[in-house]
Amino acid sequence: MAKSIEVRDLNIYYGAFRAVEGVTMSIRPAQVTALIGPSGCGKSTFLRSINRMHEVIPGAYVEGSLTLNGNDLYAPGTDPVSVRRQVGMVFQRPNPFPTMSIYDNVVAGYKLNSRKASKTVTDELVERSLRGANLWNEVKDRLDKPGAGLSGGQQQRLCIARAIAVQPDVLLMDEPCSALDPISTLAIEDLINELKTEYTIVIVTHNMQQAARVSDYTGFFNIEGTGKPGKLVEMDETKTIFSQPREKATEDYVSGRFG
Amino acid sequence: MSISTEPQASPPGASTRGRPSRQVGDRVFAGFATGAGILILLMLAGVAAFLLAEGFPAIVAPAEDVPGGQGFVAFAWPLLFGTLLAATIALVVATPFAVGVALFISHFAPRRLASGLGYLMDLLAAIPSLVYGLWGVTVLAPATVPSARWLADNLGFIPLFAGPASTTGRTMLVAGLVLAVMILPIISAVSREVFLQTPRLHEEAALALGATRWEMIRMAVLPFGRSGIISGAMLGLGRALGETIAVALILSGLGIITFNLISGQNSLTIAANIALDFPESSGLAINALIASGLVLFLVTFLVNAFARYIINRRSEFSGAN
Amino acid sequence: MTTSTSKPAGTVGAGEVGPATSSPSPGKLPPRAPWLVVGAVASVAVLLLFVGVSPALVVIGGLAANILGICLWSRLVEGRRAATDRMVTAVVATAFVIAMIPLVSLLYTVVSRGAARMDAAFFTNSMLGVVGEGGGAYHAIMGTLIVTGLAALISVPIGIMTAVYLVEYGKGRLARSITFLVDVMTGIPSIVAGLFAVALFQLFFGPGIRLGIMGAVALTVLMIPVVVRSVEEMLKIVPNELREASYALGVSKWRTIVKVVLRTSVAGIATGITLAVARVIGETAPLLITLGAVTGVNFNPFEGRMSSLPVFSYYSYVAPGASPAPSIDRAWAAALVLMLIVMALSLLARLISYLFSPKIR
Repeated sequence: MAKSIEVRDLNIYYGAFRAVEGVTMSIRPAQVTALIGPSGCGKSTFLRSINRMHEVIPGAYVEGSLTLNGNDLYAPGTDPVSVRRQVGMVFQRPNPFPTMSIYDNVVAGYKLNSRKASKTVTDELVERSLRGANLWNEVKDRLDKPGAGLSGGQQQRLCIARAIAVQPDVLLMDEPCSALDPISTLAIEDLINELKTEYTIVIVTHNMQQAARVSDYTGFFNIEGTGKPGKLVEMDETKTIFSQPREKATEDYVSGRFG
Repeated sequence: MSISTEPQASPPGASTRGRPSRQVGDRVFAGFATGAGILILLMLAGVAAFLLAEGFPAIVAPAEDVPGGQGFVAFAWPLLFGTLLAATIALVVATPFAVGVALFISHFAPRRLASGLGYLMDLLAAIPSLVYGLWGVTVLAPATVPSARWLADNLGFIPLFAGPASTTGRTMLVAGLVLAVMILPIISAVSREVFLQTPRLHEEAALALGATRWEMIRMAVLPFGRSGIISGAMLGLGRALGETIAVALILSGLGIITFNLISGQNSLTIAANIALDFPESSGLAINALIASGLVLFLVTFLVNAFARYIINRRSEFSGAN
Repeated sequence: MTTSTSKPAGTVGAGEVGPATSSPSPGKLPPRAPWLVVGAVASVAVLLLFVGVSPALVVIGGLAANILGICLWSRLVEGRRAATDRMVTAVVATAFVIAMIPLVSLLYTVVSRGAARMDAAFFTNSMLGVVGEGGGAYHAIMGTLIVTGLAALISVPIGIMTAVYLVEYGKGRLARSITFLVDVMTGIPSIVAGLFAVALFQLFFGPGIRLGIMGAVALTVLMIPVVVRSVEEMLKIVPNELREASYALGVSKWRTIVKVVLRTSVAGIATGITLAVARVIGETAPLLITLGAVTGVNFNPFEGRMSSLPVFSYYSYVAPGASPAPSIDRAWAAALVLMLIVMALSLLARLISYLFSPKIR
């Protein structure tokens, strides 16, 4: 079930360095929210803080609050592992597990945690997830082949299937199409449109046309200079951001005048 | 898409089912990993402590009780001298050839031949030193007898070849040469590895200037690989200093100080002396051998530390990332 | 060659001297030029050998003449830079050939001398009660396998877990000092590792103690740093993206390490361990002073002396007894078996890395 995310005054630090400052936003359930902005503005860092993936880097921590349907994701005693089960993530470069078959990649979230599941249950899960990722028809005859043998676009859809097989509430996508060709990109964008009925989707993209095409809401991040923290400049419905933004910086950026 | 067959994952904080066990698993695993690391700390501390504990009696013992009857320094110094002498010969002989072999494999041999040769050198580096020793004493030692006699006759004025030449060929020179053959694949493997890492861009930049292959190697490969050669040589030196059985097979136990490389009366190395004397030793003699092992440990430690220093300095300067 | 001119190769004949053009590289030797020089020098060398000149002198002179020959020829035809290039090529190739001579001689010697005793008895008999002919290395082979196996049993888990600690958990002082100490351990001479085992067990069991487990402890000291280093390298090349993919699926850190990181690098780890075993299985010195030697079979590493292949070979050679020939044959046979084991392990390592690395198709 898609859930909403509320962010209040979020600061993200890497050690002493403040990477993101004062983000407040509401991410609506069952909608696509795009995060845009120049490189290094902290949008990816912010995205990763939603499922606490930024904590992989030692010394990273946050201030402020981030709640998923009212549950504080950073409450003391909350295991980041359980957060990530509810907030899935798709990465910039497709990263299927090279030692696993397509089938095993899809059920990786189950198998890696040694959950016991009967073959019929996992069979169904694999078919459902691959269908959900629009990949079933292409791979149903070679589920036992290595996932690394697929094309880039197929690999990325496999990664999406793997993410939704865990049945998260939210799906984070960090520039999911930047390593793909235009046709594969189109396939992923179509998929995002279908997925948003089931999931809350947050996508970081450098491609403004893509943000305009796939998202319902758009947040614009900016940075004042090197070494300064990134900030959320403006967030609104996508068509508002692209047609009549309130901030000058946003208008400059979406119309291509920046730098 | 339906998600009704599986129960929803519980929201964080709302339920603790499944969570604590994961944290326990993480903690236990991290504990094992840290424990293994600490075990290594303890193990090395143990090596140092036990060697000191067992070697110390010989160092403080009255001079006449130590083998040789003149105290530990008089016991250990000739051995240390022999160790350094043999290793120096090995290093001086092996390094130029090893660099030649490495260059040949990395930049001169046809590509298809090169990988096979590289694998062959790796295999040779893995051959047990015992085999090198057996070969040295059976094949190399007799083969050097005529040359040694010639050296003694014609170049005898040089202290290194003062002679009289050994009739068996079991000399310091042969020991050094066997060590050289033994460490050659090691030095060559390290150098080759570094030569192959020369940034393609640098090589092509040199070639694009119209450089010949040698000029390209001198401009791009050698400056990049110099520290690799040095660290490879240091690793080889460490092996040569500590090598036991190959030397023990060739040299007999005299343990005097002499620069005469081709005589039957020669120096002995620390490691070979331990191997030769240990099985028949008891009491304080064992302590003296252990203490000499400690000296060897210190010397190899210094050599390795130097090699490590060179490697680390290189990684700072290589700029290849 | 890198100094190629634009001239088509066909127009250059073997006897042609550089044409007098104004081109900066005046001419070019035929592609076979180095081999022509080698051939010429070799035929002169053969002649000199027949005349009765000392072979050593002929070989040394021949190698030098070869280098000088190609250098001079190229100097006349191609100019100074090309000549230098030719000379270096010849020097490097000569260095390679010279370096290969002892290594080839070594391989040939071990195989030819060791083959004499490659019979069934060598692998099935011990030396118990054998004087002179016959006997075998069964006890030594078993001893080597037991001691090396024990050493691997101790050092592989410790080595892997330490590498996991260094790559996945380690930071700060502890990790730095462990890295440093692993470096130090890499350089411990094998005889010193043996002395450590002696010093350790002597302290608890009194002087003169010889046990299989002592040898295993000594080999462990030598093996752990090799295992740690190679596993560390393997874990480092597992892309971070895979760890992140696993974390993002809500997989805990230790399961990610076990099921993704270690699983992905299993081929490299197995290869590294095999090579580490290959490295210590041939160690003679530490076993010489920890295991002692014995003529009969002893399967118990916790009681009494044990034999091992390298020590067996060593003693068979240096203390052959009344009739030396059979004993020296046994020494060579044991050395050959040892070398074959090491090579088989190296090949096995290659095979493992080939078979178990992640596949695309």
